[in-house]
Amino acid sequence: MSGPAVENSVSSGNASVTIPADISGQMLDLDEDDDLEVFSKDTTITDGSYFNTSMQTSPASMINQYKFEEEEEDVNAKDIFVTVDNPESHVTAIETYITYRVMTKTTRSEFDSSEFEVRRRYQDFLWLKGRLEEAHPTLIVHPLPEKFVMKGMVERFNEDFIETRRRALHRFLNRIAEHPIFSSTEDFKIFLTAASEELISHKKQGPGFLSRMGETVKAVAASVRGVRNRPEEFNDMQEYVEAFSQKISSLDKVTQRIIREQREYLEELKECGPTYNLWSNSEQDLAEPLKNMADCLDRCYKESDEQVKQLNDQLTPALHEYVLCTETLKAVLRRRDNIQADFEAKTEALATKKADREADSKVLSLAWDSLVGRSPEEVKQQRQQKLKAEIKEMRDDLEKLEDRLEWANNALKIDWTRWNKVMRTDLRSAFVDTAERNVSYYEKCLAIWESFLHSQRTDAEANGKDDFS
Amino acid sequence: MADSGSEDIAVIGNTDLTPSESQNNLKNTMVEKGTSLLKKMEISVAEAEKRTGKNAVNMQETYTVYLIETRPVDAASEGTSPVPDSLWRRYSEFELLRNYLLVTYPFVVVPPLPEKRAEFVWHKLSADNMDPDFVERRRVGLENFLLRVASHPVLAEDKIFYLFLTEQKQETQKSLEPLEGEKMEKAWKETVFETGFQAKADSRLKALNATFRVKNPDKRFAEMKHYGDELQAVVSQLLRVRARAADRLYGVYKVHGNYGRVFSEWSAIEKEMGDGLQSAGHHMDAYAASIDDILEEEEHYADQLKEYLFYADALRAVCRKHELTQYELETAVQDLSSKKQQREELATGTVRTFSLKGMTSKLFGQETPEQREAKLKMLETQIEEGEEMVKDRNVECDEFVKGAWTDIERFKEQKDHDLREALISYAIMQISMCKKGIQVWNNAKECFSKM
Repeated sequence: MSGPAVENSVSSGNASVTIPADISGQMLDLDEDDDLEVFSKDTTITDGSYFNTSMQTSPASMINQYKFEEEEEDVNAKDIFVTVDNPESHVTAIETYITYRVMTKTTRSEFDSSEFEVRRRYQDFLWLKGRLEEAHPTLIVHPLPEKFVMKGMVERFNEDFIETRRRALHRFLNRIAEHPIFSSTEDFKIFLTAASEELISHKKQGPGFLSRMGETVKAVAASVRGVRNRPEEFNDMQEYVEAFSQKISSLDKVTQRIIREQREYLEELKECGPTYNLWSNSEQDLAEPLKNMADCLDRCYKESDEQVKQLNDQLTPALHEYVLCTETLKAVLRRRDNIQADFEAKTEALATKKADREADSKVLSLAWDSLVGRSPEEVKQQRQQKLKAEIKEMRDDLEKLEDRLEWANNALKIDWTRWNKVMRTDLRSAFVDTAERNVSYYEKCLAIWESFLHSQRTDAEANGKDDFS
Repeated sequence: MADSGSEDIAVIGNTDLTPSESQNNLKNTMVEKGTSLLKKMEISVAEAEKRTGKNAVNMQETYTVYLIETRPVDAASEGTSPVPDSLWRRYSEFELLRNYLLVTYPFVVVPPLPEKRAEFVWHKLSADNMDPDFVERRRVGLENFLLRVASHPVLAEDKIFYLFLTEQKQETQKSLEPLEGEKMEKAWKETVFETGFQAKADSRLKALNATFRVKNPDKRFAEMKHYGDELQAVVSQLLRVRARAADRLYGVYKVHGNYGRVFSEWSAIEKEMGDGLQSAGHHMDAYAASIDDILEEEEHYADQLKEYLFYADALRAVCRKHELTQYELETAVQDLSSKKQQREELATGTVRTFSLKGMTSKLFGQETPEQREAKLKMLETQIEEGEEMVKDRNVECDEFVKGAWTDIERFKEQKDHDLREALISYAIMQISMCKKGIQVWNNAKECFSKM
């Protein structure tokens, strides 16, 4: 049931808390009312969503539900298909840019129809990513291709660059579509379905610049503060990310080196065929086998060229994406740390405040107060009241924060497992494909050389030569 | 290869033929061609060893010696393996032998020696003459040289060559005991020099290096020389390109070893992926290591090309020698005709053409009849000698042309056959390399799919 999504009742003594349907509102500081309003709109929850408002569940049971439904997801067929293709360039007075066609086919009921076609530019993808990250700071968003590539000095409008980018954008959207939480966000739906003007106006409704700034400042402050007691599992994650980051970037480098060496080999190989052809011009009986040799070498060259190209087009982007992923993972861990740091700081503040109250209750009235003409008891009462109110507020705050932290931790843990699975699948298939292509390359070359032998044999038979007995 | 058609030609059907096996095939072909020498004995260069000794200027030097083994054929085929006769020779002696053959049989395309210094190397091989790989390849090259000479219809009959191989007993020796070591070496050298070939060699060398023009060049030889030039140029280029490509390919394979290392490290931080990664890493290491054998086999192919690179030189040498022979004939003919002309002038007293003699005789008076008689007699003798000379030279030229042309035809057939075999063995090598590649990557794929 929709309605004001921000319902928050704290029942003391028991761990269950009402979690709003869309928790994105909770993720930001609720001091600003505009945000409240905005996020209260984002409560279109229908069947198939993982956060059913009718269920008031604890985070723990919520997680169980998540897991359960995730398993179900494997059994059910995909109900949404997204493709990114057809790049086109647009020229305006101010700039030139590329848009891509995004096509969606879906059976999900929250979509008004079953097919959509829109055009989006890179900036739009960036916007979507930003929104998802803001809404779910401890969930892992698949990386986008980089803004532009410095090293290759690739032009933005170079065909290969556009194609590589298109493929990466396609993968990005598909990962989002496969993600149980992301794929059911309003932002994702709007991205897939809204006409260009609609999207522009929707973008404008995002959290204001100031709130975003505020969030950043707090994040910086929190990171400066640092986390005191990071749970063991997150330490493990941190270590893993460090190590994984090194390994994946090494693999990326090794792959680049292989491509480079192979290209240099091809430069030399290119000259072999022509040299044999040149030789065949001076020969008579030997001319035929020499020409055949030249032909074989030329064909091997073509196969090798193709193989390098595929290595560059398939394996390189796959590895590269996971290099970018490690940045995402580090950011996610950082954001989780910040939430915990914030919580720790506020816990400390509460403790201090409580101690103050304790201390204060023992203090006799101050001289100043008596000067001002209030009775010591009165003053003390007032102070105590004030402190009590402050403490209550802080405690409320803290409980919210505690929930938020627990939520963030659990979400991260689950998404971590999911990410691991996806990573494993992605990299496994990337390497399996590479191995397959290499096998195919060698098979083709094998056929080429066997055909050479065959031609020599038939030549020998034709000439009645008895050379090989 | 079982599926590719009929298998009546065994060699091609067996794509697993290694280059050393195809080298054996080459040897067998030469033996079958059956010079009387090869029918009698098996020849091999079995070992190489380092020696130190004093050289001509009494300084210590290190050099390599090669063990030449000969074995009578009959004994081997009976199944008994008697101890082969053997002696040690160094590279310079091989060179001496070859120079002797070049001078003694100028119309023969003399088989070349393996290169003195390593050329067309790619980075793995050093150009160091003491490098064991280089020494080994040279050993094979020297054996090949001896077999080539032994299978040549003309060269195989040469006594000096026979002595080079065997030198068990010498007739010039007083005792009939076999000579040992250095003494033997010196003895053979003396024998070679006793043939007097050195003097011939020197004069030939001088003549060949001089520029001379032949009036009526033999078109066939001119074409052959041109072919020799082209062959040399194109094979050099091929060897260069091949060496560079080999270098690069080495790099490609070796970098895959880095995959092995990183996979291994990565497997340490993964749980489910660990095993697959680890075993895939091993296959990457195997792939990287496989290039060493592959390129070593390719060196055999390069050696076969090199042999014909040097053969091209030998071919050109024959053409050049033919030119010299023809030039000498033409010179003799010219000398003879000018002498005849002089005789005529003297006999008739007429000066047909302007000559210094004519002028001086006009200026300083005629000769006395006695002087003229004497001169005429001398000229007659000279003309007789000249006619002999021309006859000899003609014979020489004809024999040279006949011999050279036969040998060139023989050489052409040998070259076509050998190079064709070389191309086939190269293809076989490539097939083997592809098969290895397929195996490694299939294994890797299996490991990856377990990731």
